[in-house]
Amino acid sequence: MEWLLNRIQGGKAVRLSLTYGQQKKWLGFLFSVPALVLLFTFLILPVGLAFVYSFMEYNMLNPQGKTFTGLSNYARLFQDAIFFTALKNTLYFSVLVVPLQCAVALGLAILVNKKVKTAVIGRVFFFSPVVTSMVVVAILWTFLYNVDSGLINSALNFFGIPSQPFLLSEGQAMNSIIFMSVWQGAGFQMMIFLAGLKDVPETLYEAADIDGANAWQKFWNVTLPSLKNVTGFVLMITTIQAFRLFIQPYVMTNGGPSDSTKTLVFILYENGFQFRDVGYSSAIAVVFFLVVLSVSLILKKVLNQ
Amino acid sequence: MNRIWKKRMNKLGVSLVIVLLGLLFISPLLWMIVASLKPETLIFKDMGLESFLPKQANFDNYLAILFTDSVNFLKYMWNSLFSVGMIVILGTVVNSLCAYALVKLKFPGSGFILVVIIALYVVPFESVLIPLYVVVNSFGWINEFPSLIVPFIAEAFSIFLFIQFFKGIPNELEEAAQIDGANPFQVFWKIVVPNSKPVFATAAILSFVTHWSDFMWPLIVATDESIRTVQVGIQYLFTDNNIEYGQIMAALTLTTIPVVLIFIFFQRYYVQGITSSGVKG
Repeated sequence: MEWLLNRIQGGKAVRLSLTYGQQKKWLGFLFSVPALVLLFTFLILPVGLAFVYSFMEYNMLNPQGKTFTGLSNYARLFQDAIFFTALKNTLYFSVLVVPLQCAVALGLAILVNKKVKTAVIGRVFFFSPVVTSMVVVAILWTFLYNVDSGLINSALNFFGIPSQPFLLSEGQAMNSIIFMSVWQGAGFQMMIFLAGLKDVPETLYEAADIDGANAWQKFWNVTLPSLKNVTGFVLMITTIQAFRLFIQPYVMTNGGPSDSTKTLVFILYENGFQFRDVGYSSAIAVVFFLVVLSVSLILKKVLNQ
Repeated sequence: MNRIWKKRMNKLGVSLVIVLLGLLFISPLLWMIVASLKPETLIFKDMGLESFLPKQANFDNYLAILFTDSVNFLKYMWNSLFSVGMIVILGTVVNSLCAYALVKLKFPGSGFILVVIIALYVVPFESVLIPLYVVVNSFGWINEFPSLIVPFIAEAFSIFLFIQFFKGIPNELEEAAQIDGANPFQVFWKIVVPNSKPVFATAAILSFVTHWSDFMWPLIVATDESIRTVQVGIQYLFTDNNIEYGQIMAALTLTTIPVVLIFIFFQRYYVQGITSSGVKG
């Protein structure tokens, strides 16, 4: 440290002449440099490059031959049927998974917030799928959804319902992924809601009791308004998370059957790393970024009202 | 009397709902563990509730997945532990120093940098996937460990977590040390760090859990088996036709154990990591 301070001041015996205020300036700069250099190289620069590449014809197999081609990648994108399928699938997943997952999470949080002895067990059990990574969960559920020998179909048969194709059917594959995703993720949002519930003053419920409110009225008039900020935040992170859907279709269905589980990130991956088309894939990345950004801005605006 | 009775029944009902729902929630994971302990022939023979009974339980699947020469599962585990461990260690140092500098050592431009860092938080990782690959490739890091580690050391959210915490440390502490002749680094090391253990634990655990389950990036940059991570490794096992289901279940269970251990031993900080982002957000 002394060596450094000496260097900074041109080798003079500066240790005494540098005030704490001056040291703060130099060291502040120095301490933040590693993080800033890394963030620039691996985040800011790639953001810029994504935009630049999206205007280029650029294949990874022929990096020398990259040329600017203006908006041609975007023109191609808006004529690409797969892109619209992927956009539709991503929106379908998000529109269903976000309210479902948040509602389940809130319900579970209210349940395990009750003063009963089993609440702690409930917290651990409901949270346990979150501890399991998405890849593990996706592989496991591929077995559970199996048509002939899967656990879920054997449970359905037990109740007299015939076996369902689940992941093998165009109509059921995405819904199956949604169901699994809600199960995997709800515990995460439950923890956030639970922290929010702890902050609701007990006196509000007591007052409602005196007024003779029933459980539903208490939920509607006390719990929900008190959780307004928390709910807004949970909706936001769940939505952004939902738009990033990739692992489930990649592992469970490989985008099928008949593209019914292809998502924006899936085709981004496919074009970038299977077809090695950097330019086209970057255009998808830019559109993906803009979609996520505008959805979060709209959501923010709606939630603020 | 009637009211007390009613209240008791109410509590019993709630307890029952929690336990039943809880069992339903955990049943897929229970099935995974039970299947990992069963001989192959029984896994899909046992149906319904029977499939949750650990009949003829043994550790053969675990021994097979860990010690068969053709399956490098242990290697995958080590690759993940090593790369994620490096991210956690280097990340907490780099991000906490940066946060300290931005909050406590306010230097020219620190306000602007803070705004940029918070703005970066909104960029979804997937949108920089391809250019990041190009950058990492230009460094010659494809299929080398730095590709799994270096891009993830500095993290906007982690810096943000540290900033939130450091703001709460009173300046008087810092000033007292300063009067004793400490320089800013000594203040950080001897005053700030010892007083910030919870946020270090939270940031480290959050980073570990996040990167332990990373899939897409390792899938792209770690194609070589020598640095393949465990999440990608189990996906390969899954698509490999020669492997037995019991062994896959054993591999899935083993992959989950590190995070389970963290949850058991550091539950408080783990949950804090989730909620601190939520409640303040």
